[in-house]
Amino acid sequence: MRALARRVGVYILAAWVALTVSFLLPRVVPGNPVAGAVARASQSGNCNSACVTAIQEQLGFNVHTSLWEQYLQYWGNLGHGNLGQSWSENAPVSSLIVSYLPWTLGLLVVATAVAFVAGTAIGVLMAWRRGSWVDWVLPAATFLSALPYFFLALVLVLIFGKTGTMLYDIYGATAGLNLPYVASIISHAILPAATVVIAAAAGFMLAMRNQMISTMDEDFVLVAQAKGLPARRVIWYAARNALLPVIANFTVAISLVVAGQILVEIVFNYPGIGFHLYDALGKLDYSLVQGIFVVITLVVLAANLLADVVYVLIDPRARQMA
Amino acid sequence: MTINSTSLAGIPPVAGPTAELVVRPTRVLRLPRSPKVIAGLVILGVFGVLAIIGRWIAPYSPNATDQQNWVRHVLVPGTGPGTGFPASYYPLPLPPSAAHWLGTTVFAQDVSSQLLAATQATMFVGLLAAAIATVLSVLFGVTAGYLGGGTDEGLSLVANVFLAIPGLPLLIVLADYMPSAGSSVLLVAAIIAVTTWAYTSRTLRAQTLSLRNRDFVEAARVSGESRVRIILVEVLPNLIPIVAASFLFTALSAMGAYVAIAFLGLAGSPTSSPPGLWNWGEMLREGFANNAVRGGWWWWWAPPGICIALLGTGLALLNFGIDEFINPRLRAAGLSRRTAKKAGISLRSTLGMTPVAHRRAVAIMPQVTAASAWTTAMATRRSTPSSTVTWCFGAARCWGWPARAAAAKPHWPWLPSACCGPRR
Repeated sequence: MRALARRVGVYILAAWVALTVSFLLPRVVPGNPVAGAVARASQSGNCNSACVTAIQEQLGFNVHTSLWEQYLQYWGNLGHGNLGQSWSENAPVSSLIVSYLPWTLGLLVVATAVAFVAGTAIGVLMAWRRGSWVDWVLPAATFLSALPYFFLALVLVLIFGKTGTMLYDIYGATAGLNLPYVASIISHAILPAATVVIAAAAGFMLAMRNQMISTMDEDFVLVAQAKGLPARRVIWYAARNALLPVIANFTVAISLVVAGQILVEIVFNYPGIGFHLYDALGKLDYSLVQGIFVVITLVVLAANLLADVVYVLIDPRARQMA
Repeated sequence: MTINSTSLAGIPPVAGPTAELVVRPTRVLRLPRSPKVIAGLVILGVFGVLAIIGRWIAPYSPNATDQQNWVRHVLVPGTGPGTGFPASYYPLPLPPSAAHWLGTTVFAQDVSSQLLAATQATMFVGLLAAAIATVLSVLFGVTAGYLGGGTDEGLSLVANVFLAIPGLPLLIVLADYMPSAGSSVLLVAAIIAVTTWAYTSRTLRAQTLSLRNRDFVEAARVSGESRVRIILVEVLPNLIPIVAASFLFTALSAMGAYVAIAFLGLAGSPTSSPPGLWNWGEMLREGFANNAVRGGWWWWWAPPGICIALLGTGLALLNFGIDEFINPRLRAAGLSRRTAKKAGISLRSTLGMTPVAHRRAVAIMPQVTAASAWTTAMATRRSTPSSTVTWCFGAARCWGWPARAAAAKPHWPWLPSACCGPRR
């Protein structure tokens, strides 16, 4: 368990760094959210000093307490799941995020899983059939992996012509576990999911191909073939060994996919975290932006941890060390 | 292994090693002939030239507008003569024409001029961020890998923490709190670099760890060279392929990040104050925000996206070339079916057909800097001609297999020529 415990330590440290950055940034950067909120309040009426203090209290920027006390208060709030108040939605940030999160997580999990399975399978095939026409998939995959997610999304919108409908259509059906609602969600999530799958699969494909080619030169693969094992089994032996480094590098992949999905959600008006992040940026709703950043970071760290656990489970060497 | 030995026998044997060997430790950069590398270089070169001369060959200023002639005026239904309302018009962008090669925007601006101006900023940010990130990753990775111990633990921890924090969201928050920062390409590049250096650092650390105990580094250490000199002269040159590949990869992701935050409107628009620079993400943002996709005005939003994808492909292809240089096994074209046929090898399976003799030699091609190492190598080679491969470091040209050597095209020919056996 030691290796795993170390990774958990790294992730806790990463979470601490991210949260501290998100605490310090608004406090050290000139033109902080308080000024913005005061300006907003002044538009509707005169914001006197009591009003300014109230805003500072609300945002946790009480200048009369020291930075350290604010920091402790910030952690106390986080411990209670209190991420502040969103002025644009007039609701607690945490409850807002809880309502956005299922959309994002659903899309992320499904799309990443499909992309991973499809990408690795094609990558294995590309390595195995090297030197034949399959090599022509390589430049195409390179092109797709270099394409920004949101541009791919725009192209799909152009081809299939579906955007801006999600938010409005779904509310036509009653929310809940009934067929029209679920069908509506699926029909509207297909294009965003397809975008993420295509873009992410290309990356997995290239990584898997390169690993597979290296693995195919290992002696055990040669022995497996020399023994006369059927090709399918030889491929299986090689593939599951080539898979290990790909999973070990999942950290980078998941960051890219999450970053890509934020933008894809914006293009498709998909009501997940990314879309609302864009919304909050436009409205200068700093508490919401900050809360979403914290949650995205935690989601990515959790995904990393999951990949680590999977790695320990499937790699006997890691299992022995762990 | 499915080589038809009868057909192998038909190949005239390659002449054995002669006394006259041309050793050229200085590597001569000849034009690489791999189609991937050539395509990558051409793409990168074209964009590089456009980035430099773009502002002079642009037909108009990217900000120039001509509300009279550069848009189509469409009458708003229900206004104008006969309706009792004063005529009111809304503008529509012009499709590509001789005057505007890529048409105009709805703001009556020339798209091709914007595209040329945007190339410069986008490439500049990408390359600058990659440069900063590379310096950071070399500093952290090589130091951690070479020094080891507590330093290694500490530096690796920093790298791992940075690796785990997702880059783009951090970038968004940073750029959001510093709105003026978005307009400064230097600051944007620095922020991107800080969020992307960690991965390369980890790779470099691993490679340095394996280099640290090689004989030539050991020799330098024993002969009393200073630590800094060993790192700079013995270790670092051997990391160059990895650094180069990482530079390209980082440049690619930095450009992606810049375009992404510009698409979110965080990189400063050219109309804001202080004005930001034109970049591809900003063009996409304006197009997307003004319904260019639904309006069918593809000439507005498609060119910047295609440019990003093309430039990205160019960088990725070059990266591939370097990867194949580092790991010759990846060279798909090393022995294509056609070349194999020409050389008289029957190729039934792809398995086991990359005869790289020594596994430890595959990961990297150590360029032995110490002259003594060269002489040692040469001496070994003369005494045992059959062991060519053992010191050829798995370079593709010289895998010491006559049929392969005859069939393989030199793809990355800046290898020491002596490596490839007798010159023919």
